[in-house]
Amino acid sequence: MTSRIRPFHHMRWNEPIIYQLSVEGQRGILVPEAEKEIEQIVGDGLSSIPGNMRRKDLPNLPEMAQPQVVRHFNHLSQENLGADSNIDIGQGTCTMKHSPKINEVFARSHKITDLHPYQDCSTVQGILEIFYRTEELFREISGLDRCSVQPGGGTHGVVAMVSMVRAWHRDRGEDQQRDEIITTLFSHPADAAVPKAKGYKVVILPPDEEGLPDLEAYKNALSEKTAAIFFTNPEDTGIFNSRILEFTELAHQKGALCCYDQANANGLLGIARAREAGFDMSFFNLHKTFSSPHGCGGPATGLLMVDRKLGVYLPVPVVRRNERTGRYFLDFNLPKSCGKVKAFFGVAPVVLRAYAWIMSLGADGLEEASRIAVLNNNYFMKKMLKVRGCSISFPRHPGRVEQVRYSWEKLKEETGFGTGDVQRRIADFGTHYWASHEPWVIPEPFTIEPSESYSRDDIDEYLEIMEQISRECYEEPEVIRHAPHNSTVHHIDHEYLDDPGKWAITWREYSKKYTGYFQER
Amino acid sequence: MAEKKRVYPYIPNSEPRIREAMLRETGVDSVDELLTDIPAELRMKGRMNLPVPFSAEADLKRHVEGILSRNITSGEYLSFLGAGCYDHHIPAVVDEIIGRSEFLTAYAGEPYEDHGRFQALFEYQSMMAELLDFDVCNVPTYDGAQAASTSLRMASRITGRKKALLAGNMNPDRLRVVQTYLDPVMSVEIIGWERDSGLLDLEDLGSRLATDVAAVYFENPSYLGAIEDQGEKIARMAREAGALTVVFVDPSSLGVIQPPSRYGADIACGDIQPLGIHMNYGGGVGGFICTRSDRKYVEEYPSRLFGIAPTSGKEWGFGDVAWERTSFANRETAKEFVGTHAALWGIAAAVYLASMGPKGMADLGKVIIQRSLYARKVIGEIPGVSTSTPSAFCFKEFVVDLTRTGRKVGEINEKLLSRGIFGGKDLSEDFPELGQSALFCITEKITMRDIDRLVEVLGDILC
Repeated sequence: MTSRIRPFHHMRWNEPIIYQLSVEGQRGILVPEAEKEIEQIVGDGLSSIPGNMRRKDLPNLPEMAQPQVVRHFNHLSQENLGADSNIDIGQGTCTMKHSPKINEVFARSHKITDLHPYQDCSTVQGILEIFYRTEELFREISGLDRCSVQPGGGTHGVVAMVSMVRAWHRDRGEDQQRDEIITTLFSHPADAAVPKAKGYKVVILPPDEEGLPDLEAYKNALSEKTAAIFFTNPEDTGIFNSRILEFTELAHQKGALCCYDQANANGLLGIARAREAGFDMSFFNLHKTFSSPHGCGGPATGLLMVDRKLGVYLPVPVVRRNERTGRYFLDFNLPKSCGKVKAFFGVAPVVLRAYAWIMSLGADGLEEASRIAVLNNNYFMKKMLKVRGCSISFPRHPGRVEQVRYSWEKLKEETGFGTGDVQRRIADFGTHYWASHEPWVIPEPFTIEPSESYSRDDIDEYLEIMEQISRECYEEPEVIRHAPHNSTVHHIDHEYLDDPGKWAITWREYSKKYTGYFQER
Repeated sequence: MAEKKRVYPYIPNSEPRIREAMLRETGVDSVDELLTDIPAELRMKGRMNLPVPFSAEADLKRHVEGILSRNITSGEYLSFLGAGCYDHHIPAVVDEIIGRSEFLTAYAGEPYEDHGRFQALFEYQSMMAELLDFDVCNVPTYDGAQAASTSLRMASRITGRKKALLAGNMNPDRLRVVQTYLDPVMSVEIIGWERDSGLLDLEDLGSRLATDVAAVYFENPSYLGAIEDQGEKIARMAREAGALTVVFVDPSSLGVIQPPSRYGADIACGDIQPLGIHMNYGGGVGGFICTRSDRKYVEEYPSRLFGIAPTSGKEWGFGDVAWERTSFANRETAKEFVGTHAALWGIAAAVYLASMGPKGMADLGKVIIQRSLYARKVIGEIPGVSTSTPSAFCFKEFVVDLTRTGRKVGEINEKLLSRGIFGGKDLSEDFPELGQSALFCITEKITMRDIDRLVEVLGDILC
């Protein structure tokens, strides 16, 4: 068989920092000028500013003509990979998948971009209908009853859930008593960080020998102090907790709420839902499972679904439909609401893309997406485990759903190279790989999630890259040691990011500390 | 014969022969064999009851565009709405760059394969810092409301105190978010403001400053449009009480208005939506937080901070500064939390600021002020309508008091709507003390002719 390995080299423009491109007097765009009549009536405007508040100097922004602005940022974009350009299966837990291009046409339509949030509801019936219909779709997808599209990402979905938990217990007079939230080590870091930031004590359950949240530890942790549990399932290992119903029932017996982190629901659509697993609420990342592009890290949406009994605590406003007139409106009248978590109502273009994606696939298509994601993952796993130096986390529990956390522990023992080294080298092959959330309980971890967007050939190509890197670790250590070779840049000196005396977070800070190329002043 | 199975364009391995071959190589006969960890009682009974899909792209397009056609945009009508979301001109170059798939579809690549986004966001941070005249800026937060909340929590961690004093003339939507974020870790007190001038009541502020106050927070311009010119005094009072000063600022004003760093703010925050991001029904928001280059401040940021670093090939390299702060590194001991926020809007703002340059930002501020002054004057000349209170100098927005017309804002706005105009935001619920008042916004897109048309129609409606 001919090798699939490509002689890749990443675009390498050696692009200057934008301030180095500035040429005095250049303009990138011109701004309208006030009409002469206005100028006659009100003057230059600037002299009306209270003297102490007038900025007399110009802000130190670069001065560039439009072609140079375009070229600079095009160069930067070419020095970026993007899911459209690579087999992006190395960012496990994050469900990188194809973002259909027709949905971009919708999201860029002026019929959505140019809407103001305070327009009269009669003028935004289209987007309100999208929100409303999306809620209806998610009732089926989750089995839960009420919706908020307000959270601006997965972590924000957790913020909304924690705020709901507090509102619920406060309403019952149990807020003071219930000051603990239980999560698991292989749930997303936000499931621990957000409750902590919102004033809860956080109990993190360790995994048992099969990688599942330890049931005995859980029983010991549960008490009348427990406000809620925050679980991911399948967890970041890809292992599905078969006893989840036991966990949620035990929590309910103690009066705690059960909160589901379904940021990644890509293995479960139409197969298993929050409702059947006993959860009271759940959020879904529309930029993951539901195909909205990740935008280098947002804008995004962590759509929240809750059980009927929790509907009155949702963030305001919620979208409703007047059954008599058929018109949609925003309802701010939720006296028990947990408040607001985001400015205005949510990220409309992201919700719109998710709506279009679901409506293009329907029930069968959604289930097919999940089933193929599971198949792709298990196909990949079978072959990946044959790669020298690679092993699976928790081998006593071989079953995996849509992703797998692997380990290079053996590779590290035998070659001295670990996951960070593989990560540096993989950039040379035109793809990407992420080393997993910290802490690294699994030694030298990496997480692969080949979602339904990737073809068998794609998966085989990625496998071949992994095989080659493994082989190099054993046979050509110099190649690994000095990687990357074909990337935009070479080995980055991390000391300049961790040492307060050396770091520079802006060009201005750089210019104060250094001259030329990192020559200290 | 079995029904012919559909092949999905977004799901390449749905093709039956490929699917079969992969199942075989995986060593199973069906996907269900791979799902045995999911017990029967958790399995969904039957299939989801979803609408019949629009499988063909042409049908989907017709369906979705049919729904969207029911929206009327701010371009189709004449809009005077602001109140935290602004209809500024979006340079075509901004949409061009953020539409490029290398940026649009990337997520969390390493600096080796995603060098471009690290550099673009480092440049964003750099330009924002210059606009704000501070040294440090973060990768965007969800929105300005989160930036305000986090600024206050940073102040709390730095001072070890638990109370925030918030200006009573702040944006009420933002206030609700801040309350959610701070609850129950910090408490909130509202500082009074003077009805006539629209500025903060310093006597009231003085009476509230105590040893438990972490931060004094105000907005510039205030929600009602007034430029708060007592910043220096406020910051001094805060400092003397051991508190920090946090100022939320509209970045579109900073070509002509002093940035908060110059009147004593310790932390400046705000929303980047005015910097080249479409309103998106309120979804085009992203927050910034700027401070001095002081380790004490830098280490309290929960956000990503992209720094510049040398490489073995002598290129510009980038990476995360002080990663250990973040919840990605330390889940339950992190500074608040970080996640997927609004990075693409940060790149949009970078392209915007690079295009506008220093002169563009100054020109923008100037034309907004001139046209707002004009609008405030001519609207105020309509019988029964007043624009003179609050009396302070206003940037971009001002209060139109309709109380003396005897009509409700809602009623007038309805009439304006029927004539193709989105009137100002109704203030009567959030600020009952202002009677029947509305907040009108004038961006650079609003021309003299637009203002004259508004005055004419308003005159018609009110006579």
